[in-house]
Amino acid sequence: MTIFATMRRAAVLGGVALAAIAISGAAFAQKTKLTVYTAIENEQLDPFKKAFEADNPTIEIAWVRDSTGVMTAKLIAEKDNPRADVIWGLAASSVGLMAGMGMIEPYTPANAAALKPIFKSGKSPETWVGMDAFLAVVCFNTAEAKKGNKPTPTSWADLIKPEYKDSIVMPNPASSGTGYLTIAGWLTIMGEEAGWKFMDALHQNVSQYLHSGSAPCVQAAKGERLIGIGFDMRGATEKTKGAPIDLIVPKEGLGWEMEATAIVKGTKNLDAAKKLADWASSPKANELYGKYYAIVANPTVKSMPPNYPADGEKLMAKVDVDWMAKNRERILAEWTKRYDGKSAPKAK
Amino acid sequence: MSHLEVRNLSKRYGDFTALGDISLDIAEGEFVCFLGPSGCGKTTLLRAIAGLDPQSSGTIHQKGRDISALPPSKRDFGIVFQSYALFPNLTVVDNVGYGLVSRREGKAAVGRRVTELLTLVGLPDAGPKYPAQLSGGQQQRVALARALATSPGLLLLDEPLSALDARVRLRLRHEIKALQRTLGVTTIMVTHDQEEALTMADRIVVMNQGAIEQVGTPQEIYRRPATAFVADFVGSMNFLAGTLVAPDKVKVDGFTFDCTAQDGLAPGAKVALCIRPEDVRVRDLPTDIANRVAVEVAELDFVGAFCRATLKVQGTADVAMTADFSSNLIRDLGVELGRKLDVALPPDRLRVFAA
Amino acid sequence: MTLAASNRSPILRVAMSRDDLMMRLGVVLFAVVLLVIVGLPLWSLLAKAFEDRDGKFVGLANYVSYFSTPALFDSALNSLHVAAVCTLIVVPLAFFYAYALTRTVLPVRWLFQGISLIPIFAPSLLPGLALVYLFGNQGFFKGALGGPIYGFDGIVIAQIFYCFPHATLILVTALTTADARLYEAADALGASKLRVFFTVTLPGAKYGLISAALVVFTMVITDFGIAKVIGGNFNVLATDVYKQVIGQQNFSMGAVVGMVLLAPAAIAFLVDRVVQRKQVALLTARAVPLIPKPKLGRDLFFTAFCTVVAAGILVILGMAAWGSLIKYWPYNLSLTLANYDFTNFDASGWDSYFNSVEMAVGAAVFGTTLMFVGAWLNEKTREFYLMRGIVQFLAFLPMAVPGLVLGLGYIFFFNAPNNPLNFLYATMGILVVNTVAHFYTVGHLTATTALKQIDPEFESVSASLKVPVWRTFGRVTAPICLPAILDIAIYLFVNGMTTVSSVIFLYSSDTKLASVAAVNIEESGATAVAAALCIVIVITSAAVKTLHVLADRFLLGRLQAWRRR
Repeated sequence: MTIFATMRRAAVLGGVALAAIAISGAAFAQKTKLTVYTAIENEQLDPFKKAFEADNPTIEIAWVRDSTGVMTAKLIAEKDNPRADVIWGLAASSVGLMAGMGMIEPYTPANAAALKPIFKSGKSPETWVGMDAFLAVVCFNTAEAKKGNKPTPTSWADLIKPEYKDSIVMPNPASSGTGYLTIAGWLTIMGEEAGWKFMDALHQNVSQYLHSGSAPCVQAAKGERLIGIGFDMRGATEKTKGAPIDLIVPKEGLGWEMEATAIVKGTKNLDAAKKLADWASSPKANELYGKYYAIVANPTVKSMPPNYPADGEKLMAKVDVDWMAKNRERILAEWTKRYDGKSAPKAK
Repeated sequence: MSHLEVRNLSKRYGDFTALGDISLDIAEGEFVCFLGPSGCGKTTLLRAIAGLDPQSSGTIHQKGRDISALPPSKRDFGIVFQSYALFPNLTVVDNVGYGLVSRREGKAAVGRRVTELLTLVGLPDAGPKYPAQLSGGQQQRVALARALATSPGLLLLDEPLSALDARVRLRLRHEIKALQRTLGVTTIMVTHDQEEALTMADRIVVMNQGAIEQVGTPQEIYRRPATAFVADFVGSMNFLAGTLVAPDKVKVDGFTFDCTAQDGLAPGAKVALCIRPEDVRVRDLPTDIANRVAVEVAELDFVGAFCRATLKVQGTADVAMTADFSSNLIRDLGVELGRKLDVALPPDRLRVFAA
Repeated sequence: MTLAASNRSPILRVAMSRDDLMMRLGVVLFAVVLLVIVGLPLWSLLAKAFEDRDGKFVGLANYVSYFSTPALFDSALNSLHVAAVCTLIVVPLAFFYAYALTRTVLPVRWLFQGISLIPIFAPSLLPGLALVYLFGNQGFFKGALGGPIYGFDGIVIAQIFYCFPHATLILVTALTTADARLYEAADALGASKLRVFFTVTLPGAKYGLISAALVVFTMVITDFGIAKVIGGNFNVLATDVYKQVIGQQNFSMGAVVGMVLLAPAAIAFLVDRVVQRKQVALLTARAVPLIPKPKLGRDLFFTAFCTVVAAGILVILGMAAWGSLIKYWPYNLSLTLANYDFTNFDASGWDSYFNSVEMAVGAAVFGTTLMFVGAWLNEKTREFYLMRGIVQFLAFLPMAVPGLVLGLGYIFFFNAPNNPLNFLYATMGILVVNTVAHFYTVGHLTATTALKQIDPEFESVSASLKVPVWRTFGRVTAPICLPAILDIAIYLFVNGMTTVSSVIFLYSSDTKLASVAAVNIEESGATAVAAALCIVIVITSAAVKTLHVLADRFLLGRLQAWRRR
């Protein structure tokens, strides 16, 4: 083949490629791209996106995902020029905080009426709608327990027994939302005075306050610790992967938190955003949540993902979300004063 | 016509005056040396003339054109630094042609000019080499060729020889001087080496503490230093402390010496009576010769071609001077330590400065 | 009419040449760029230290409330304590290692040198993970430390690993510039080896030692990645920022701690400035390079020493590598490659890795150009002192700033609706710009040092030859500084691959980075996968560095024939 022939072929191929790009670009252009901020787990991103896009072929989801703290900080920092269209899968307390700052576009999604009342903001129209609830459970490593001959705890009261000295980890409420909901749960169930007394006692058994809500159950799963108090779903997936842990729901009741959906005020794609909000509260979506979480917003959806504690929903503390939000600074200051400042020397 | 006119030039750094009110004319084609100890302002003056460190006040005219406020690139000069400042990553050819290429002269013309310059500085074969492959002296010649390449009206040399060893330095002195004479380019060289200034310059500008002490030909500077500083800095000089007793008489520790009439000094003034060691006469002294004194040889230093003797003047507490005696003289007169002899200080060789 | 005539002639104003004008314009432009990428973003966050949560000005109220919290003093003391201990361990360790590399005859010296660099290529997550595998409650050597790895001990060990190469690099440079003549003189005077060491070697490396100490100190103070993973309950200032910003979204308090954090780091760098200024004078002396001669006892001792240190580094790296192949630590130790199939653990999968490479290359290209041209403008512009001082200050700022603070500042500044640059937000571009800004100081210093070492009269000669400055920049200055330019590019690339704390706020749906993904994956419990991603990052950076060394030896060697005599 001569050089010229090669060049001609290359030119033809190039032209075809260009045309292909142009066509796909045109197809692209017809789709509305929704920027969705989320803190759901990595493995859920793809199934959620695919399921929604299958029902809404004209909309494309572009995820931005990080931990709850990072996403909340990012959303608030972007307040003056919001970049997200929709929040789908962020702690309801965070979304509530943003609603209070006027960052949320109120909208009652089509399927909201069918959801359990606690999974809604209670405003009209709704500022946010819940998806699923997660609990701050006790992850108990049975393999390490056998080695150390430790009994299985069934209640919070068990955890302050001396045999668990230095074998408990929990999230630091000043760094982690899960940490805060855990102690808010205790204060609700036991009342403030008894709650702090319990934490004083528990502090003697806690070896470490971690900076993440997932970490305690992960550490328990890997035998780093005997007991982790933390995010239930993380414990369940670790167990599915083969970790020798049990997820225990203490019988006194426990703190919990929801993941919620909301539309960001100022979105340029309001129609598409509403479609996503509608879909996110649909039974179909709730069934999808049910693959990962035991407790979902729609009461008709029966879900039981593998290795989840059975009776969590019944034991959910009657937490007043507004109270939680209003008293956050005070409680964290108290907690920090009692445990964070003086915990340092113990580490050595 | 002057090539360069410097008027009332001053340079201040905060409270420190580096140059104070300097005025100077340099003729077309002249080779001028700025001579002085380090810190005297000679390099500052050169850099002001180049526009590299502009003066605080005063004017500079080059060929009648006011260049006082012009940046270096708008002035007409070539410069060679003590460090040569050759571009290490360019060959000798590229270094020399550096200023020519940007003038958009033809490649062939540039090539011819570079060859011509390299031949001129005696390095016709160094073209393809890098500076690091050349000796110090060769690098200095390349720097010179580069500075001359654009045929500047003024050549500035900032201590160009001080980084070289003595032998190469001597040879380059003559080569630079010869080159300058051939090309007729007006040249200013900064140096702290008086010998270099005396052998190379048409005129020397002696500087001290930011001011000009004297301007003159090498002979003038050496023979008739205008100030005690110049007398001391250029060549060797004996300083005898005394008092002016008459316009042409200086009394030193009981001895009265005749000298040329001093107009600027009032009788009774404290003065220094100066004579160069080689001007002390010792051979064939007529009996009536002026300023004859008896001395004793206190020290004798062998310097090579001659000996430098320290002579104690008899009948004084501690008046002493040095004198240069040739080897012949030492042999003929049998000069040795402790030897007593008579010497004369010729009045026309004596200089008197206010003390 | 003339006013009272002064007896001094008027002060002369020298007209600027086109070059001068261009250079000054360049400096101004450069200052504006630095202001945009460093100054303003920082200010837009730090200003919040004086506002309450609703943005109302409250003066020093936040400082008062922060300083009245006892936790602050614990954190500040802890920060100082851990930084001091790390400095005291790393600097001597690095000094003897650098001494061995430069002053003794080591077998496979290049290998020891290469191993000492490895920690630079690793995200700060890596030593944390490896230490848990090694000394955690299920680790191989659990209990070997006499206490839990979480906390002070863990931070110190991980920081030693992390800071060691930085200190070693500085000290190798310091020891390489030694003058052999001093040692010959000391030998001739019959000084004992110990005396020579204390009177010649140590003083000669004094500035290097001070610089190394300051760098290590500042790195430990500002880093939060290590403290977060392995710090346990040991609170330090950097984790306090994390708690305020990420845990409680309290930007005002975060800004307050950020300001407090600036103080020790800023002091450290002021000291460094003073020291550096003196060092320039020291380097101008013409020294004869010292080439070590073999000496059995000494060489054996230092070979053993280096072997132990290198083994330490390799054990940590190897542990992470091995951990990345384990199915389920510690209950199923069978090996698998599944952890490298990142798509199963993070939706962006390998994409984030390629994003990282793209970002790191972008930072290397854009950053090196900006840093070198900027440093050149700032060094070679005549007079114009005020502006150049401002530039110097802005270039120094980033070293003292924790990444979290810079990253948040970027949101506030670049996302502002009235900022004409807000089109950059949520693009790859802003990640590149942010990374360049975050690592600005070291690159700028490297460029400045290289420029200071070349003859200042090059520009004077060019002016006298009527050659424009930019031509001399292109034909002479840049080619001479090529090694430094490549060093800067590599530095930016390597850091671009591992940076987390600042960019974590700035990536968008299609620009997630591998280093951030590793942190997310670790948080989700997939420790082995996080380790795998770290290992991939290490391999990439090490490969690029190897390429650099090879290119330097074989390719550039030919281009740089002029360096040889």
